[in-house]
Amino acid sequence: MSKLNKSSSELDLDRPNIEDYLPSGSLQDSHPKLRLRDLLDISPTLTEAAGAIVDDSFTRCFKSNPPEPWNWNVYLFPLWCLGVVVRYGVLFPLRAIVLTTGWIIFLSCYFPVHFLLKGHDKLRKRLERSLVELICSFFVASWTGVVRYHGPRPSMRPKQVFVANHTSMIDFIILEQMTAFAVIMQKHPGWVGLLQSTILESLGCIWFNRSESKDREIVARKLREHVNGADNNPLLIFPEGTCVNNHYTVMFKKGAFELGCTVCPIAIKYNKIFVDAFWNSRKQSFTTHLLQLMTSWAVVCDVWYLEPQNLKPGETPIEFAERVRNIISVRAGLKKVPWDGYLKYSRPSPKLRELKQQSFAESVLRHLEQK
Amino acid sequence: MGNTSSMLTQYDIEEVQEHCSNTFSQQEIVSLYQRFCQLDRNGCGFISAEEFMTVPEFAVNPLSQRLFRMLDGLNFKEFVAFLSAFSSRASLQQKVEFIFKVYDTDGNGKVTFNEMLDILRDLTGQFISEQQREFFPMFLRKRAIQRTLC
Repeated sequence: MSKLNKSSSELDLDRPNIEDYLPSGSLQDSHPKLRLRDLLDISPTLTEAAGAIVDDSFTRCFKSNPPEPWNWNVYLFPLWCLGVVVRYGVLFPLRAIVLTTGWIIFLSCYFPVHFLLKGHDKLRKRLERSLVELICSFFVASWTGVVRYHGPRPSMRPKQVFVANHTSMIDFIILEQMTAFAVIMQKHPGWVGLLQSTILESLGCIWFNRSESKDREIVARKLREHVNGADNNPLLIFPEGTCVNNHYTVMFKKGAFELGCTVCPIAIKYNKIFVDAFWNSRKQSFTTHLLQLMTSWAVVCDVWYLEPQNLKPGETPIEFAERVRNIISVRAGLKKVPWDGYLKYSRPSPKLRELKQQSFAESVLRHLEQK
Repeated sequence: MGNTSSMLTQYDIEEVQEHCSNTFSQQEIVSLYQRFCQLDRNGCGFISAEEFMTVPEFAVNPLSQRLFRMLDGLNFKEFVAFLSAFSSRASLQQKVEFIFKVYDTDGNGKVTFNEMLDILRDLTGQFISEQQREFFPMFLRKRAIQRTLC
């Protein structure tokens, strides 16, 4: 009677304890004398369910927070209209011209370098890196990006990996402007995919496909190979796996933290004063997102390159990931949330429910033993 | 009340308040409407049970399957009525009625012993075997006897 049935699915030690973050109902407190009516009282569980319906920490991470309208006034509205005219009529064409010029320069230099210097790999790679940094600077200029970099610039060394929090694909462009990283990304369709397969390929970028489960081992192997190679560009990983709205961080995937190398955290925080840089991929395509950035006044953000971290003795990769997430969240002023970003696309695993069921079952059996 | 408009008028708010017997203030109803619009992904004016399950905190709750019955295809008035039992202004009567509805799976107005065992099964999952659960009637009878003797 005192033996609990062992859970047939082994409890996933792969994740930090969610119970530490969620509000605990009275069921989880150990009552010295649990009465029968406490066992039959389902109201704490129901209250938790209703609480989740009314507001939950996961949906909050992906909510775009549009700024309050400030222009409904006799004198503010004309000013705002003037601003719209300037942004769409003057700034946007100028920026489009700058961007087009940048692309022309880039393409006319890139292809000759790529094909003509086939034999001289070192020189070719160096030129390609500078060219990619150049086109990214053009991109940032096309949104009037005001980016402040704090901390030592990344250096090209083997056995190191860079991790950053993820708000939009422009994170990559902002970081790439300063250092030509090789990044691991989801393969996208359309013109972005074309760019990925041609130009980014030469930087040593790695692709993955979220929907394929076998993909994980292949990608893990590619990551390891890249990190151990001395000539490869420094590797940048976004361990959240999805774009979050820059107020919260979701759980980091452990893949980047079990490669056996130094992890250098990068924290990125956008200032929403002119535009919200969060790319809500459910609501907008990337092109629309870029156009929105190009018709706003400026994109303001801070980038902090933080102190490299190593796996401490006796620390698991999960704990290491949580520790780095903590460092990034504190630096960028983000709140931590215990959910896996991929829950955007799938249901939570039943193991989480089983944890709750197990603790309730334990208190029931303890009570029945007391008779 | 327009399903596609995202603005509530004063009339709409009062209508909803009446429907939930004044358990929510007007400000709370406005906030609940924002939440409703957020959960109603496809904007059709109804939240299906699937859309509720996209909230991970709800999906891991042991009683979420049971609540499905009461949650499928809710429009805003029904949504507020469902949540009215959880308001601090709800009477004890309303709260007990709600719990009763959760227990009463076949909706015949009576809670049988099997229905209570069903709830226990939901809450404990596979961590209590069938025979341990069967001990419950014996245990309840014993407790009832103890109570009458004391």
